[in-house]
This record gives sequence, structure tokens and C-alpha cells, in this order.
Amino acid sequence: MLRSRIIPCLLVHKKGLVKTVNFKDSKYVGDPINAVKIFNEKEVDELIVLDIDATKEKRGPDFTLIRNLAAECRMPFCYGGGVSTVEQARRIISLGAEKVALSSAIVDNPLLCAEIGVAVGVQSVVVVLDVKKRKLLGGYDIYTHNGKVKSKRKFKEFVVELNQIGVGEIVINSIDKDGKMNGYDMDLVSSLRDLCDTPITVLGGAGTLDHIKNLISRFKIIGAAAGSLFVFKGKYKAVLINYPNREEKFPLY
Amino acid sequence: MIGIVNYGSGNIEAIANIYNRLNIECKVINKPEELEIADRLILPGVGSFDECMKQLIDSGFKDKLNELVLEKKTPILGICIGMQIMANSSEEGSLEGLGWIPGKVKKFDESLLKNKPYLPHMGWNNIKNIHNHIIFTGVDEIQGFYFVHSYYYECEKEENILTVCNYGLDFSSSVFKRHIFGMQFHPEKSHSNGETLLKNFAKLDIC
Repeated sequence: MLRSRIIPCLLVHKKGLVKTVNFKDSKYVGDPINAVKIFNEKEVDELIVLDIDATKEKRGPDFTLIRNLAAECRMPFCYGGGVSTVEQARRIISLGAEKVALSSAIVDNPLLCAEIGVAVGVQSVVVVLDVKKRKLLGGYDIYTHNGKVKSKRKFKEFVVELNQIGVGEIVINSIDKDGKMNGYDMDLVSSLRDLCDTPITVLGGAGTLDHIKNLISRFKIIGAAAGSLFVFKGKYKAVLINYPNREEKFPLY
Repeated sequence: MIGIVNYGSGNIEAIANIYNRLNIECKVINKPEELEIADRLILPGVGSFDECMKQLIDSGFKDKLNELVLEKKTPILGICIGMQIMANSSEEGSLEGLGWIPGKVKKFDESLLKNKPYLPHMGWNNIKNIHNHIIFTGVDEIQGFYFVHSYYYECEKEENILTVCNYGLDFSSSVFKRHIFGMQFHPEKSHSNGETLLKNFAKLDIC
């Protein structure tokens, strides 16, 4: 049986790893390479690493970091942050990453997905959409630059467009749920699932393994990503890298 | 020494990383004439069937590989599309495959799949070693391997099926014919199972 993927998502800020709440209040949680070594030992299904400074600082990806991370990873590894050209994507894949994640560059120019897809294979092209719920009108808005810049793109239409162009995966990241650890936004996932048949990974809100279990039991085959859940432990959010072992994981499917 | 065939396709670096960690000597082979320095070969592959075959032909690797694998019986392990091109043909393309292990590559039937996203078959899935082949010694079959593909290898002969996996139907997740092995999943992305398998291939006593 194909199992849903349970994916730690790590954020790189000033060369260290951080965890945020609603994309703010970043808290230092450790060293990237060290974290990857621990996640290797725990045999995580997949790993997403996002450099949250790159686009904001108007710079490209940190290839040295990518090379070092890829050399450690024994699982599929997805890297994002500052990727805006076909050449950068090609280089990231050639360094040993499985997938390359794009966000603001695709919101600016969705056709870039197709160009990168030709270069590295569509299955390796991941689009991360940071979204925030509209307060009055309902629906969602897409944001870029760490939730600072609201895009003019309409969420639903944009997802349909991406589905038509063809992308390997959409990571839907809820800004409202980020770091809250009170469960995924199931309505958001449900509206996205109806709009496309692209593989989806959900990020934002997971605080317990039951949240992951609920997501999988409703959507069957889905990527369940989490930051806080896999880097914090306990009520006081002590930093401790963790991941369900085999006995804890199999009942989630 | 393990030679990783670099014909312009596939995640060369990830495979080399594993052998480096295992302290097993490996080399990325960039030219067909360098192939002979390796005593066993890995044939990676990503993208489409035709694209891989075309790159294999254009880079001059195809003829030399045929000679080494079919005449000199050099052990070889194909990964993902590197496995699929060992078949005779594929529904994904029009070019002829290497034809080393009789079979045809077919697209998964979406009508057999219950839940979106249907394709690709992506993620971790369990496998069953139906021949109890020693290349899978030490592999946890329930944990399985990481897959990402929309086409699968349909063997002409049951004797060539090494392991099976289920996605809408039972399909050959790996195939073999004496010294020729093909794996649909990605051992280079599959933690200790993948490492065990790549190590077993490096040490396998085939003759």
C-alpha cells in the first residue's frame, strides 16, 4: 500500500534553523546539517528545507548549503528559497536534491514551471503557495516574501492554472496556521484537492500525530508536512528533534 | 569498482554519496571508453523513456553497454527510467528499448486508482521479494522504498520478476535476469533499505 508522506519542513534563517509563528517571531532551533543527520537516523519519509531569507534579500539559493545537505540526505530532499531560473533549478537537482521548490518566481510567472519541468522533470518541480484566509469575503489570498507581499493572483484560478501547466507537487502553506499547532486547515486542503489532481503537501498547523492521522484519513494520499511538531517537544516547546517511529507511524495510515 | 553511468540523465550525485558513505569505491563514468574500468555498473535515469534512450544513443554509451552487459556479463543495476529502458518498448515513447529483460513498459490505469492524485505513484510503498533473491538480504519489505513514476515494467516472463508492489494492480517493482537488475524505486533515496540494497549489489557474487 502506498503510504502518505510525513514530512518535516525546516526553515533556514541566517544560516541556522528557525521556527516561526504566523511567519513571525522566529525561534532558533539548531544547525541544518545536524538536524538532517538526526532526521536520517529517524528515517523520515522526505525532507523540505526552505531558505526564508533568499527572496527577501533578493539573492539566489545557497549552493554550498544545498550541496552539504544533499550529501547527508538519504531520503528525498526538496530545497526552496530564492530559486528563479531554470539554471538554478538544474544545479540544485544535479547536487543531489530530488525536488526544487519555487514560490514567488512562479507567482510572478507560472510558465516558469513548464520550463523547469523540461529541464529537470515535472515530478521534481514543487510550487509552495503561502496563503492567508480572507477575513470578510471568504476564500484565500496568496502571499510571497515571507507573507509580506499580497499577490494579485486569485487563489483558485491560480491553482487551476498550475494544474494545467503541470507541476510535480503543490505545497500549501497556511500562514494563519503556521506554528499554531492546533490542526491543519481542512477546508483549505479540501478546496485545493477539488481544484486539481496534482500531488498536494499540506503545511501549517500540525501539533500532534492525530492531526496528521485526521488529514490522511480524510484525503487518503497526501503529504503531511510539519515544522513545530518535529522540532519542539512538550508544553513549553523545548527544542527537540523528533519524528514518529515505525510503531507510531503505521497506525496513522 | 562501481561505475555510475553518466549519460546525461539521473541523480548521479545521490548514488555516489551513498557509496562514498559506505566506503565502497565508485566512479562517475562520463565516456563510453571509460566503462571498462568498472567491474559493475549503475544505470540511473530520470525524465521520459525516449529522452533517456536518445541520450544513451547520442552519448555513445548504448553500444558499449550492450557489449559489456550482454557479452562480458558485467553486472548492472538500472534505477527508475534506467530500469525501464531495459525493456523492449514503452507506451511512453516510440524508441526501441535495450531489450535486455523481455517486457513492455506500460502506464498505470488511472481507473483502477481510488484517490487523487492518482499519478504519479509517489511515496513509500512496501514490496515483496518473490524469488528470495539474496540482493534483498537485510531489506525490510514492509518499510519498502521510495517510488516516483507513472509507468511500470510488465515482464514477459514471470521468472524475471524480482519483487512486486501494489498500486491499483500488482506490478514488478524490480526485475532481474542473472547479472542484470532493474529497480523501479529509488534505493538512493530509501534510507537503510536503499543502502543495504546498493551494498548488496556491490558485493553480490553473481557468477
